Amino acid sequence: MTPAEIERIFRDEASRALATLIRLVGDFDLAEDVLQEAFAVALERWPASDPPSNPRAWLVNVARNKAIDRIRRQMSFRGKLGELTHEFLNNAAGCEEPEDAGTLDDDMLRLIFTCCHPSFAPEVQVALTLRTVCGLSTAQVARAFLVSEDAMGQRLLRAKQKIRLAGIAYEVPEREALEPRLTGVLAVIYLVFTEGYVATSGEDLMHPDLAREAIRLGRLLDGLMPQRREIKGLLALMLLHDARRAGRETDAGDIVLLEEQDRSLWDRAQIAEGLRLVDEALLLPGRPQTYVVQAAIAALHARASSYADTDWPQIAGLYEVLLRIAPSPVIELNHAAAISIVDGPARALALIDALEARGGLKGYELLPAVRADLLRRLGRCDAAREAYLAATAATQLEPLRRLYARRMREMESTG
Amino acid sequence: MQYLLLIYTNEVDYAKRDAATVEKTTAEYQAFTQSIIQSGNFKAADRLQPTSTATTVRVRDGKVLTTDGPFAETREQLGGFYLIEAKDLDAAIGIAARIPSARDGSIEVRPIWVYK
Repeated sequence: MTPAEIERIFRDEASRALATLIRLVGDFDLAEDVLQEAFAVALERWPASDPPSNPRAWLVNVARNKAIDRIRRQMSFRGKLGELTHEFLNNAAGCEEPEDAGTLDDDMLRLIFTCCHPSFAPEVQVALTLRTVCGLSTAQVARAFLVSEDAMGQRLLRAKQKIRLAGIAYEVPEREALEPRLTGVLAVIYLVFTEGYVATSGEDLMHPDLAREAIRLGRLLDGLMPQRREIKGLLALMLLHDARRAGRETDAGDIVLLEEQDRSLWDRAQIAEGLRLVDEALLLPGRPQTYVVQAAIAALHARASSYADTDWPQIAGLYEVLLRIAPSPVIELNHAAAISIVDGPARALALIDALEARGGLKGYELLPAVRADLLRRLGRCDAAREAYLAATAATQLEPLRRLYARRMREMESTG
Repeated sequence: MQYLLLIYTNEVDYAKRDAATVEKTTAEYQAFTQSIIQSGNFKAADRLQPTSTATTVRVRDGKVLTTDGPFAETREQLGGFYLIEAKDLDAAIGIAARIPSARDGSIEVRPIWVYK
């Protein structure tokens, strides 16, 4: 077995092995340390001999034994047998459990729910999930948050300490607690995805690795907790958006708007998977669910052969459903954008003005961009330019700034 | 595990409550305390006099310095506490959420330091 093959096994197995180890040894840091040691042993031994038939079970076993050794050494060093360490040894050494897919799945869910515990700030939940569940390095997570590796290392360390010291249970919440907690988990996955789909700031529009991780988490959750509309809806939504990736930017990294995209670049296989999931989600009983409705909108875009052929009236209608069940500034603006095509930009501008007058869009950074677009289409070039300048000041994402500059140049050459 | 549930309320608003509200809140607190005694979660609890009665003490260069009032002026003030036993943070949060003042003030849930 080559080192590259071993590395691939590590990547595939790391998070599940870690999830099980955390349950066995009861400590995030210890589990991470001993898993690293087990990897080192594997790198040493596997090239020479046949690799184990079940690499994950092998890794978990070796790591668990390392943890037991460590605790024993600490015990003899202290010369006493603490009650806690005793309990741990019973726990870790006692359960020579068979490789049971159900247990492993449960461990993975435990890990996800623990990382997304509501007692962590949302950005901490995202960071912890990326580091622990997705197996990104601290440096990679730091890059996604635009902070230094040291700062992110500190943040992750404090979070892991909080799990231990505050007594955050390593388990999947039961019954009535499950619904709100699952909502939180899905929100974290969606945050990871949106940051990958449209970055908050920086040179690059997209971070495809984050979008991929979010989709992987969505797939995992859909497999672990099947027949849940909100999971299927979110997964479909992410797949359908991500399927357009190749069409969304030029080789130079400039944004290509939906109306200008070459739809032959869209990933048809991924769209098919997304559409199938939307249909499954719509068939499950229950009231309209946010992610499912959003996925249904994405499905209408994905099915349309062109921007003009898109079913805009139905899209506007679906946004109205969203406004009823989960009102937010983003939905308001997207609704206005759909209305601008169904009823014209003047009607959409009136909607936005009314909203602004009610204070509903205060400080929302995409507002000037939407307003600028509507004003441009109405031929009100001076007002549009002013709005594009405001939009440029409001964003920290370079490709968006270039898009607004392009729009202003276009207005100058035509007007 | 043991947790200290620190009860923060706006004591100015709290002092302005009418007699009927005071009576209702007192009954709610009694019922809540009884319920966590019965469930075995209760360790200790007390209510504090308002921050107008507080004195903050510091020792600097060997000298005892006292100031009138709490350490920091905040919108909500520490008004009381429960010390509880709970199996994990979720259980502690569940109990904290049932404290009557959670509805108009806020409860800080702090794990008790365990000496090894």
